[in-house]
Amino acid sequence: MRTDASLSATQAEILSGADRLDCRGAWTLAGIGGLHRRLDELPWPASRAVSVHCAGITALDTAGAWLLAELARRIESRGGEVRFLGLSAEHEILLRLVRSRAAKPLPPAPPAPGVLARLGMEVVAHLAEARGMLAFLGEATVTLLKGLLHPARWRGRHLMHHIQHTGLDALPILGLLSFLVGTVIAYQAASQLARYGANIFVVDLIAHSLLRELAPMLVAVVVAGRSGSAFAAQIGTMKVAEEIDALRTLGVSPQEMLVLPRMLALLVVMPLLTVYAEVLGVLGGFIIAWSQLGVDAMSFLDRFDDTIRLSTFLFGIGKAPVFAVIIALVGCYQGFSASGSADSVGRHTTRSVVQAIFLVIIVDAIFSVLASVTRLGFR
Amino acid sequence: MKSDFAVEVEGVVTHLGGARIHDGIEFAVRPGEVFAIAGPSGCGKSTLLKEMVMLLTPDAGRIRVLGQDLARLTEAEAQSLRRRWGVMFQGGALFSGLTVLENVELPLREHTKLTAAEIRELARIKIALADLPQDSAHKYPRELSGGLRKRAALARAISLDPELLFLDEPSAGLDPVAASALDELILGLKESLKLTIIVVTHDLDLLWRVTDRVAILGEGRVVGIGSMAQLSRSAHPQVREYFHGPRGRIVRPAGG
Repeated sequence: MRTDASLSATQAEILSGADRLDCRGAWTLAGIGGLHRRLDELPWPASRAVSVHCAGITALDTAGAWLLAELARRIESRGGEVRFLGLSAEHEILLRLVRSRAAKPLPPAPPAPGVLARLGMEVVAHLAEARGMLAFLGEATVTLLKGLLHPARWRGRHLMHHIQHTGLDALPILGLLSFLVGTVIAYQAASQLARYGANIFVVDLIAHSLLRELAPMLVAVVVAGRSGSAFAAQIGTMKVAEEIDALRTLGVSPQEMLVLPRMLALLVVMPLLTVYAEVLGVLGGFIIAWSQLGVDAMSFLDRFDDTIRLSTFLFGIGKAPVFAVIIALVGCYQGFSASGSADSVGRHTTRSVVQAIFLVIIVDAIFSVLASVTRLGFR
Repeated sequence: MKSDFAVEVEGVVTHLGGARIHDGIEFAVRPGEVFAIAGPSGCGKSTLLKEMVMLLTPDAGRIRVLGQDLARLTEAEAQSLRRRWGVMFQGGALFSGLTVLENVELPLREHTKLTAAEIRELARIKIALADLPQDSAHKYPRELSGGLRKRAALARAISLDPELLFLDEPSAGLDPVAASALDELILGLKESLKLTIIVVTHDLDLLWRVTDRVAILGEGRVVGIGSMAQLSRSAHPQVREYFHGPRGRIVRPAGG
C-alpha cells in the first residue's frame, strides 16, 4: 500500500492554468470523491480552447472517465473547446465509451400516483379480490359437492396427511393456549366474584365464555396461523413453479387435488379441536376456581351441568365448520393468487393469515348478533 | 504479497453431502484473460465458483484471489477484497424489491461516499455499458425478459468497477440471439474495462466465442486446460467426450 508521501497518487486532482487543466492522480471510484462537487469552484481557464493534460493520471476507471466527460461537458457548455492530451490508448478507449454512453439521458421515473389515484387503485384491487374470492368460493363449492358424491375421489392419503398436520400436530400448542386462557378468565373473575361472595358463578363465566366464544375463536386463530398460512405457502410455491399448470395439462383439477382434501380435513378437524380446547380451557379454569375460590370438583361439575345446555355447546361447535371453510378457502385462494416470484408467495401467505382472522372475527360477530336476536344457545 | 496471477487455485478438495466433488483442483488465471470453467452438470463448477468468492470454504487446498489467500483474510480484508470483484449469478439474483437502477446503485451507496446524484450518474453509465434499454432502468426485475435480466445483473456486477468478474452460467436460459448478444457484450466489457473474467458455463458456443483459456473438470480434477483449439485436439477421454459428443461441434465457421 502507498504511504502518506504519495497520498495525491490515490486521489484525483485538477490544477488549472490559463488555457489548460492538468489532471493527475487516481481517477477511480475511490479517488474522485469530492472532486465532482469541487468542479464548480474550480478557476476555469479563460481561453476558449482548453487542453486537458492527462499524462499525470495514474489510474482511470468508468467513474473517473465519467468525471472527465463531465469536465468536458462543462467546458463545452461555456462555449469552449476541449482537447484531451496525454491519455494512454486504453484510457482513451474508456473515455470515448463513457462519453458516448453518458450522452443518452435517462427517461424520468414514472411519477408516483397521487392520493386519489392510490385510493382508487386500492378500491379496485379490493373489489377484484372480493370478486376473485367469490368465484373461488363457487368453484370450490362445486368441487366439494361433486367430491362428496364421489367418495372415491377424496384422495384418502392426502386427506389423512392434512388431518394429521392440521389437527394432531396442533394439539400441544392449542392445549397449552386454551388451558392458559381458561386460567386467565378464572383469575379475572375470581377477584371480582370473591368480593360479593358469588364464588360459584365463576363456573358460569368460564363455561359460557369458553364454550360459546373463546374456544372456537382460539382454534380458528391457531389453525389460521398454523395451517391457513401453510396452505397458502404450499399452493403458492406450486403455482410459482408452474406445478398447478402441470396439473391442469395432465387433466387433473387442481381444485379437486389441492383444495378439496384441505377443506375436508379442516371440516373434520376443527370441531374436534374445538371440543379439545373447551375441555382444557375448563380444566384450567377449574384449577383456579378450586385453588383461589375454594370451589371443589363436585360443586364445579354440578354448577356446570346446571348452567350449560346442549344448545350452548352446539352453538360453539357449530361455528367451527364455518370457520374451517373460511380458513381453507382464504388459504387456498391466496396460494392460487401467488404469481411470479418467491416474494409474492411470502406476501400472499401473510395476507392469508390476516384475511382469515379478519373474516373469522366478522363472522363470529354476525353469529353473536343472530344468537342474541333469536336467543339461540342461551336456554 | 504480489502475484502474477489474478486467481490461483491449488489442490482444492471439497466434500458435499458425503461425496468428494473436488479432488485436488489446480489452475491459475492470468490477469486480463477470459477463463472458463467447463464440465458436465454436477462436476462442481458452481461450487468452485462459490469457493472463489468466499461463499463456501474448501475442505483442503488454497485459493488466492488478486494475490490474497482467502483462508487467511481478516473480516476487514475480506470486505475490501469483495469490493474488487463483481459476481453475476445464474438467475441474476437481482433484488426483487428494487428497480434495476436501484439494484445497480446499491453497491455504490454501500461502499462509496458519493452523493446521490453522482451515484445515479454512475449507475446510469453502468446500465448503458450493459446495453440495457434506458426505459428498463425504472422497471422491476420481474418485468424484464430473461436476457435483459442478465444484462441488469451484469450492470450491478460491474457497478464498483471491479478488476475481476465472475459469471455463473451467463447464457443459461437465453435464446441463441440473446446469448450471442451477451457474448459480444462480455467481450466488449473485457476490452474496454480491462477486466479479468472467470466464467462457469457448459455452453460450447460461448466457450468458443469468448474465452481465452478453459479448464474442463471431470471426476473432481481438471482433466484439460488450454485454449479451445488446444483442448479440441486433446486425447483425454473426458475432454474428447465433451468435444466429440453429438452436440460438440469441432469445426467452427469462424474463430476457433
